[in-house]
Amino acid sequence: MAWETVIGLEIHVQLNTKSKIFSGASTEFGAEPNTQACAVDLGLPGVLPVVNAEVYPKAVAFGLGVGASISKISAFDRKNYFYPDLPKGYQITQMDKPIVLGGSVDIPLADGTLKQVNITRAHLEEDAGKSLHEEFQQSTGIDLNRAGTPLLEIVSEPDMRSAKEAVAYAKYIHQLVTYLGVSDGNMAEGSLRCDANVSIRPSGTTEMGTRTETKNVNSFRFLERAINFEVQRQQQVLESGGRIVQETRLFDPDRDETRPMRSKETAMDYRYFPEPDLLPVKIDEAFIAEVKNSMPELPREKAARFANQYQLTQADAQVLAADPDLANYFEDTVQHCHDAKTTGNWVRVELLARLNRDDIHITDLALSAEQFGILLSRISDKTISGKIAKDILDALWQGEAQSVDEYIEKNDLKQVSDSGSLAPLIEKIIADNPKQAEQYRQGKTKLLGFFVGQVMKETAGKANPQQVNELVRTKLS
Amino acid sequence: MTMHERSIVQQLDDLHSGKYSAVELTRHYLDRIQRHEALNCYITVLEEKALAGANAADSARAEGQNHLLGGIPIAHKDIFCTEGIKTSAGSKMLDSFIAPYDATVVAKLAAAGVVTLGKTNMDEFAMGSSNETSFYGPVRNPWDTTRVPGGSSGGSAAAVAAGLCSAATGTDTGGSIRQPSAHCGITGLKPTYGRISRWGMIAFASSLDQAGPMARTAEDAALLLQVMSGSDSLDSTSLDEPVPDYRADLTRSLEGLRIGLCEDFFATGLEADSEQVIQEAITVFEQLGAKISRVALPHIAQSIPAYYVIAPAEASANLSRFDGIRFGYRCENPSNLEDLYSRSRSEGFGEEVKRRIMIGAFTLSTGYYDAYYRKAQQIRRLIKIDFQTAFEQVDILLGPTSPQPAFKQGEKTDDQVAMYLQDIYTIAGNLAGLPAMSIPAGFSSKLPVGVQLIGNYMQEGRILNAAHQFQQQTDWHLRSPGAVGAGD
Repeated sequence: MAWETVIGLEIHVQLNTKSKIFSGASTEFGAEPNTQACAVDLGLPGVLPVVNAEVYPKAVAFGLGVGASISKISAFDRKNYFYPDLPKGYQITQMDKPIVLGGSVDIPLADGTLKQVNITRAHLEEDAGKSLHEEFQQSTGIDLNRAGTPLLEIVSEPDMRSAKEAVAYAKYIHQLVTYLGVSDGNMAEGSLRCDANVSIRPSGTTEMGTRTETKNVNSFRFLERAINFEVQRQQQVLESGGRIVQETRLFDPDRDETRPMRSKETAMDYRYFPEPDLLPVKIDEAFIAEVKNSMPELPREKAARFANQYQLTQADAQVLAADPDLANYFEDTVQHCHDAKTTGNWVRVELLARLNRDDIHITDLALSAEQFGILLSRISDKTISGKIAKDILDALWQGEAQSVDEYIEKNDLKQVSDSGSLAPLIEKIIADNPKQAEQYRQGKTKLLGFFVGQVMKETAGKANPQQVNELVRTKLS
Repeated sequence: MTMHERSIVQQLDDLHSGKYSAVELTRHYLDRIQRHEALNCYITVLEEKALAGANAADSARAEGQNHLLGGIPIAHKDIFCTEGIKTSAGSKMLDSFIAPYDATVVAKLAAAGVVTLGKTNMDEFAMGSSNETSFYGPVRNPWDTTRVPGGSSGGSAAAVAAGLCSAATGTDTGGSIRQPSAHCGITGLKPTYGRISRWGMIAFASSLDQAGPMARTAEDAALLLQVMSGSDSLDSTSLDEPVPDYRADLTRSLEGLRIGLCEDFFATGLEADSEQVIQEAITVFEQLGAKISRVALPHIAQSIPAYYVIAPAEASANLSRFDGIRFGYRCENPSNLEDLYSRSRSEGFGEEVKRRIMIGAFTLSTGYYDAYYRKAQQIRRLIKIDFQTAFEQVDILLGPTSPQPAFKQGEKTDDQVAMYLQDIYTIAGNLAGLPAMSIPAGFSSKLPVGVQLIGNYMQEGRILNAAHQFQQQTDWHLRSPGAVGAGD
């Protein structure tokens, strides 16, 4: 039976504020346990939370970045549960009035197409502390340094259909929040963590299958592996006549598997209610406008500008703009090439293919936009053919070439466009192949390609193909 | 007149003129606290710290420094965190808890020069109307030691009434300042919600809790309120409003003051002698030039059910932090995490606290939230509207503080509903967040009876003005409880 995978992600992004969301304690990573937990973070009797105003512009910037609506009133709720690393016995979060509602992102897939993923909501909340089980015999250590760290939880619709798409979406969100400057995006330090809701259903059906939630996956690689494991596990269960239990699971990277953490069916009731220690905050149009004005150009705005300014197709423009770093690389390249259409095409096709093949990000690319631009301008000014350019690109990619022009010079790759030097060569080839020449003249014009090919072979691809075509045709007529 | 029968305003004059020193005044109170230990007003007495503070106050005065409350010995309800001093909230759970910081109220009063005598007894986590739920045993009413002082600020009320401090701080979530003030014959004020910072005040029900002064006179209450009030960056719910000079308005004439009587407060349940006292108080206000009219608060009857949903709901979350993990009581030899939670909380909390946590957790649970919590919030809004409508017609509202004077110890401990009904006249003020106070207005069978004045938002000055003018015409507030002896 063929199955369709349905995935929704909850991504917890740590907002890059200096102090915590409800206290003045530092959010700096890596301090000695419990040295960055003040009375508020410890939940001592009598303490009160005060919202760190820095979180609002960051959350609003994200909302605007995904085209969401921003709540006019932002309020907090208490989510009640007992756990040793949750000092107050409740987490302050946003249940009823999340600051960001709706929105969507267009994520670039490996095949160069875009996919829209819808966002349900994004809300502000505090992180819990950390339970340390390893270093303590027969007991658990609690580190509350993380308690009260500001998080934006971004909840997607179940729009993704494969682990690859889920990873592409997570990467996109990662890139967006770092691009907007609302998070440092440091995944090794826990600045971005994913909960993956995964279910499967028979292909062609629309009813949702029972889902499981795999919690706290903190790398893209693990995310892909966790989802793939979960999809396979669910298939095995269903195909052997079992049923999926709705539950929370944990991914174990050492064993490459997910394991049940707790069953949702027996899970507790969180008893949400409005947080009485914090008054609802009005977010007015002026504030939103202020945030908007201080934001960098968003992917969608950029795409519209690219289409207009560089005369690119909508599809090309969207792909180029989707990754801000790729977009910058494109625009830098245009500075040196001046042929935006060629540049757009080459960035989208040749460059992206190589980046995906070698799994490297544009920011880690050794090839400078300048050299890439020079390479493309050598196509435009007919110094080299497109085919030669691809070879040079590979040489640049491998580090065998540093300067495009020097490489062309050194390897004598200049396109031969001079009819004076091409004409004798063509005449010689016609003379060497009398049979084919005769057949051509009798109407077998397909043989034009044979002669052109011979010329290209003789010139090691350096001849201008267009000119060779014309010359061969003239000589044979 | 002995030192402890003098008001704070008079004591400040005495200290200033050198009649006695802050050390002498403090010693006087410390002696009395010891002598009347049986009243059980204090959980912690800070003899050394108080004397050191009094010494410092005397030195400061000698150097010409003029603090607003320099050298005045007061007591804090044991719900306010005091740095380096046990802060128990009347609970076994916090019997070992030493607060690492001062509540804003404590810090502000300290900055104004008060001497802190100690921490007063209270119902556990402020849950109670008789001071009988305290882990440290009940407080006895100085007017009749077989009776309760009211609650939850029963220790503070009894201490002020018995002359064991010049004044005390209290907190009021459903009447916890006003009802014990009435039962002990003192003046107690619950300000507008947000007037005084809640930072460092151990939370019972966050949207209702409000600190306030408990004193012998309205003038003293005004002086304390002056110091205690103000916005606080550590409390988001504190109001960002300037603090007026509360004493400046005290002398204003009451000519033309419009006083509304809430019809429903007199309809049922009010003891006849207490009603008589209220009627006489109304006559005094009429003589002072006030115009009396009747007003309706149609939803007031629902205030008790609404309160007993909202307050336990908030409490159930507020008290989750007492889990035996980081501070406070922890059970012995827990076998696992579940056992640690379960036994620490079962053993650390008293019956009433556990009852309210369970009520709160129930009303917030899935399937019941709309029927209880949401409904209660709707009632709360209607009650606020009732008051706003009333305040379009009148300046202040007047009524009883409590249905009857102080009852016998143990009389209502087995009847929770009867106990909860003690707050029938005070709860609406908390639900609406209005300023309200209780002042002594007479006696019923030799027990003090309080009259309650409720003002519009931020109109503390107005009710203090009415209270002060009333106290210029009457001497109920000057009466001392016979049980402890006036000149004793």
